[in-house]
Amino acid sequence: MLIVRRDICGYCGCCVSVCPEGALELIDAYLSVEKNCTSCGVCAKVCPLGALEVVNEG
Amino acid sequence: MKGKYDVLVIGGGPAGALAGKTAAEKGLSALIVEKRPAIGAPVRCAEGIGKEALHEFIDPDPRWISADMTGATIVAPDGFVMKLGSEMAGSKVGYVLDRKIFDRELVWKATEAGADVAVKSRAAAPILENGYVRGAQIEYCGKTTEVKADVVIAADGVESKFSRWCGIDTTVPVREIMSSVQYVMTDIDIDEHSTVFYLGNDVAPEGYLWVFPKGKRCANVGIGISGKKSGSGHRAKDYLDRFVNKTFPDGKTIEYIPGGVSVCRPLDCTVADGLLIAGDAARVVDPLTGGGIYNAMYTGRLAAEVAAACIERGDVSKKALMQYDKAWRESKMGKAIERNYLIKEYLIKLPDTKLNDIIHSVSTINMKEFTTMNLIKEIIKANPKLVLELGALAASLR
Ligand SMILES: Cc1cc2nc3c(=O)[nH]c(=O)nc-3n(C[C@H](O)[C@H](O)[C@H](O)COP(=O)(O)OP(=O)(O)OC[C@H]3O[C@@H](n4cnc5c(N)ncnc54)[C@H](O)[C@@H]3O)c2cc1C
Ligand code: SF4
Ligand code: SF4
Repeated sequence: MLIVRRDICGYCGCCVSVCPEGALELIDAYLSVEKNCTSCGVCAKVCPLGALEVVNEG
Repeated sequence: MKGKYDVLVIGGGPAGALAGKTAAEKGLSALIVEKRPAIGAPVRCAEGIGKEALHEFIDPDPRWISADMTGATIVAPDGFVMKLGSEMAGSKVGYVLDRKIFDRELVWKATEAGADVAVKSRAAAPILENGYVRGAQIEYCGKTTEVKADVVIAADGVESKFSRWCGIDTTVPVREIMSSVQYVMTDIDIDEHSTVFYLGNDVAPEGYLWVFPKGKRCANVGIGISGKKSGSGHRAKDYLDRFVNKTFPDGKTIEYIPGGVSVCRPLDCTVADGLLIAGDAARVVDPLTGGGIYNAMYTGRLAAEVAAACIERGDVSKKALMQYDKAWRESKMGKAIERNYLIKEYLIKLPDTKLNDIIHSVSTINMKEFTTMNLIKEIIKANPKLVLELGALAASLR
């Protein structure tokens, strides 16, 4: 599952542009994650601040 | 906000503002929707633009020009400093804008021309009819309204979603997103009239670090690195903090700006039935410099011009709108994107040692006529051992 650390996120949209599923959307100052996210981690890699994290469910 | 416009523009950045202004000037009804509560804020930009490029669109005004650049400085990976005067520094010699004010000015100009604007209004979904884009669902303060339009211009920036909702893949490859952070810093020792670019794998892998003066002892200090090189412990912010702690230990940060800049090739196709895509949303940033303000204004204006002609003829099919796609690709801007893409691809593969060689030799070149080809020829003359690689680059640029 993809976790957004809202205390770190600077709502810049960098992650949105690389998501292959189109699962992210920047709604002004709020980053939303849709159900079709596959937890691939691409967005977490490119975030300039390190605000995204893929964690194992369980 | 009415229920129907000739042209609906998604996004109130430079691309959207020029699209709205141009549409209104052509006598069309136009609405610009911007999801943020304020035009121009927060800034996601180092604010540099070439003087000639800017003058093509608007006369300079001290209200939104922070500083005037007369030179550029490049710092090689080995620390060698090369200073370029205005003849050599080319389009990067220009202004550092104040985009909070500049972006507002552009939107004001659009409203003066007759366009409507709605802020805190987000396009949440396209209206599709028989495969044509016919408007959008607009969310404003918890309410959703249908706004119909003959043509929609998607100018929704790097975080663009609108074209994707219309079936166009806009994904930027990981290696071609510049993962970026910038601090606006005060109380720092800088040359007020020169931009500075730091290159090298230790400083900014597959990207660069910049200091763009905003006035006395104040500058945009930022960095972009390839998404491929980004990861836990070595993100853009880690690199920038290291640089700032070393170079400007007493500086004060008054603004904190993360961002993403695409340095890929533009979208394969920037139109669909009833839809044109402009600016960062079309991925038309200059892949070498990461500059996108001019290209956004250029494509925004052109998109509205073509939209107006097609609306008049009563044909807004993809085939008719292709005129836009064709025109920008064949323009000076389109050709510069392709050329600079190839140069970027060449440069990012160079090891620091070769980059040092190139910069050392460029600093000794005295060119009468500055063109990319001349520059490459001169570099080869000074570095015969680079002839193979640079020769291949020169051939690909022909
Ligand atoms: C760190 C950084 C430094 C940069 N430095 C420079 C530089 O020095 N020089 C230069 O020329 N360029 C620079 N750029 C690039 C430049 O900022 C962009 O190319 C330029 O802003 C593109 O303009 P645009 O109108 O296409 O998009 P934007 O300016 O991003 O505007 C898009 C607008 O659309 C809005 N929007 C998005 N989705 C929706 C929706 N669904 N509904 C309503 N509104 C929506 C957004 O809120 C935004 O306001 C830099 C970029 C970054 C990140
Ligand atoms: S890239 Fe990082 S900082 Fe930017 S919007 Fe995404 S999560 Fe937030
Ligand atoms: S983890 Fe992958 S699929 Fe999920 S939002 Fe990030 S990039 Fe998209």
